[in-house]
Amino acid sequence: MRTRNLTVLALSLTAAAGACAAGSSGPETPAPARVAAGTDPRVGLRGGWMDAESAARNLVHLANRRPSDGFFNPGDPGDFAFANSDLAFQGNLVFQGGYNGLQVWDISDPRNPRLRTSLVCPGGQGDVSVYGNLLFMSVEETRGRVDCGTQGVRDTVSAERFMGVRIFDISDLDNPRQVAAVQTCRGSHTHTLVTDPNDPAHIYVYVQGTSRVRPAAELAGCSGLPPERDPNTSYFRIEVIRVPLAAPQNAEIVNEPRIFADARTGEIAGLWPGGDHGPGTQQTARTDQCHDITAYPAIGLAAGACSGNGILLDIRDPANPRRIAEVTDPNFAYWHSATFNNDGTTVLFTDEWGGGVAPRCRDTDRPEWGADAIFRLENGALAARPAGYYKVPAPQTAVENCVAHNGSLIPVPGRDIMVQAWYQGGISVFDFTDPANPVEIAFFDRGPVNPDRLTLGGYWSAYWYNGYIIGSEIGRGLDIFELVPSEFLSANEIEAAKLVRFEEFNPQHQPRFEWPASFVVARAYVDQLERSRGLSADRIATVRGALDRAEGQSGEQRRAALRALAAELERDAARSSDAARVRALAGVVRELGGPGAGE
Amino acid sequence: MNRMRRRLPTALGAFLLAAACGSRPPEPAPVPARPATGGGPAAATISAEAARRPYVAEDVRFMQHMIAHHAQALVMAALVPERTRSEAMRLLAERIEVSQRDEIALMQQWLRDRGEPVPEVGADGAVHGAVHGEATMPGMLSAEELARLEQARGEEFDRLFLELMIRHHEGALVMVGELFAAPGAGQDPEVFRLAMDVDADQRAEIRRMQAILGK
Repeated sequence: MRTRNLTVLALSLTAAAGACAAGSSGPETPAPARVAAGTDPRVGLRGGWMDAESAARNLVHLANRRPSDGFFNPGDPGDFAFANSDLAFQGNLVFQGGYNGLQVWDISDPRNPRLRTSLVCPGGQGDVSVYGNLLFMSVEETRGRVDCGTQGVRDTVSAERFMGVRIFDISDLDNPRQVAAVQTCRGSHTHTLVTDPNDPAHIYVYVQGTSRVRPAAELAGCSGLPPERDPNTSYFRIEVIRVPLAAPQNAEIVNEPRIFADARTGEIAGLWPGGDHGPGTQQTARTDQCHDITAYPAIGLAAGACSGNGILLDIRDPANPRRIAEVTDPNFAYWHSATFNNDGTTVLFTDEWGGGVAPRCRDTDRPEWGADAIFRLENGALAARPAGYYKVPAPQTAVENCVAHNGSLIPVPGRDIMVQAWYQGGISVFDFTDPANPVEIAFFDRGPVNPDRLTLGGYWSAYWYNGYIIGSEIGRGLDIFELVPSEFLSANEIEAAKLVRFEEFNPQHQPRFEWPASFVVARAYVDQLERSRGLSADRIATVRGALDRAEGQSGEQRRAALRALAAELERDAARSSDAARVRALAGVVRELGGPGAGE
Repeated sequence: MNRMRRRLPTALGAFLLAAACGSRPPEPAPVPARPATGGGPAAATISAEAARRPYVAEDVRFMQHMIAHHAQALVMAALVPERTRSEAMRLLAERIEVSQRDEIALMQQWLRDRGEPVPEVGADGAVHGAVHGEATMPGMLSAEELARLEQARGEEFDRLFLELMIRHHEGALVMVGELFAAPGAGQDPEVFRLAMDVDADQRAEIRRMQAILGK
């Protein structure tokens, strides 16, 4: 979250300067779909803090836990000082960060989540990541204290102040121990864990600081001067912390890479200079910081959402991220976060127009503003223009802060599906397999926190974790959901998604999904081929029958039946309009019929 | 005047341990405040008053003055449509109008929630109550400068508007600097966030306006 752009000065008197000006040529990207007025149950919901009316489609709400004692202000549900922020996951635990510290929930029984422990440690945003027995937390406010005290820091220069990344040892979860606290010049608004496949002894933390630069008297080397006056300015960079896993107390900044530098001239302010893109376009922030970076170590890339640009980083050498591509977009105000599809062939960037505290989903707001933009990614290059946009399709009121925010993929094989938080716009699950035509699958939404006045609230993040959707609600706590089958998503597809499990999940450290060969994965593909008409109705029925029979068989008899089916399917693929999916199905069936495949 | 108000009782029972260092690389820090343990949702047991963070007179002054400062930007923006020939200038003025009004509302709410005097801003940008000494705020236009802007037309107006708005913006940066230079100020998360955004946005926009002016 970032507070609203305050003084928006759109100065388009001259053409946008710099090489990163967006071209206006090329085909128009389609605007996101919107629901017709009066047809959506999200419209007109009664408001309230813990008693608001809600609407859901194709999702079941399993549980809510209000913020735990001491983690909310009973007199003001929108009190920033107690806002819940981002989530991280490990085993049956959900780590919910916030401006006041950390709450840890045990979701062994997702219908009955239990507060396992909490830690008061103010300083915002409090975004968290977890890796083994280490917990990382972002701190950006001047009230942040090294000792986690709640009293703030009175002196304007103080050794007690903490802005940066805290590292806790959580071996004893009930007694987290802060083992390191790495100070940075602009604090840490968010951070990103980056692993090095070749170096299991270290983990890296990319620090995205967005605060005003603190005085050098407080932290040596900090400089708030513009780059033309000080080449060592603390703007226009991220920090890279290296953490030796065996000695996390030795965590330190090892690089402050100038990832926005102009490739030719080396000028460190080399990307979007701030401003609009011509008449009628959005005012886009200057690129002097990243808001968030999502690393996808399996493909050696990270996608950075960096205020005025979306960028791609080569992270094969994690200590030295190297920018290899950048885009901007005339509809984006503030590049906020990024998610790859599983294949690494598209990147979905979000635009936090209005900073997350403004109502930007009203029916008067442009649907391609404050939305997701989906860019194709080929051979390490991002397309110049997005293939499509997605925005929660039901209009929200003027008293609900709403804009695109954090989400994650749902591991349905053969499709790109994401669950995403939209603040008080609720949670939306959508398919972006065809980036030009994203389609909503499911949603959950509550009425405004306060129907009389804009009050901060709604979902900070919503992520899929081991079969469930977990939402972090800024003022209403933790919510857990389960997907239910619909015309848009079959029971087999949901079951196939549940086969992908992780022991640990940090959404900004994106894992690659791999599905075990199983009958439910095959059936998920069959369901998709029925939907896409990639196989005839007759063939669909025949293939389903063959899968059912094979599942009832065992040993060589089953394997032979599956091999025969796989061979048929490979022939089908040649004639199918959805050949790649038929081949994927054939591949699963062949694997199921392979030597040693499960009985 | 920097009297601490409504000092936050350590609402969450946090006890302090000795502070570690604040420089890089860090020393290991001590165990932080008390973790609350236990299962299930908890009832509200702290009062709104207890949950309210401390703030100082400088925070209040910053909010009140920034309202007046923003209000002058509204006055300036209102001059644009009848004086410019540039469509882009008209759009610029429209955006200033929208964003400043939103922001003013936020600052007024912050003051109202704390029972502090709230400057009201009229439709014409005139400020009533709770603020004195606008003329001494950094970057504010004098009556003569405002009159000069009112008299200007066309390209002359555009140039003057940009020059004065840059100075006006730089004044807001000074006000943010003064806030954080005041002991105890900027500790409230909402004040902090507001000030951060004023800082970041004005810096970016000053650069942009300077580029347009060819500086």
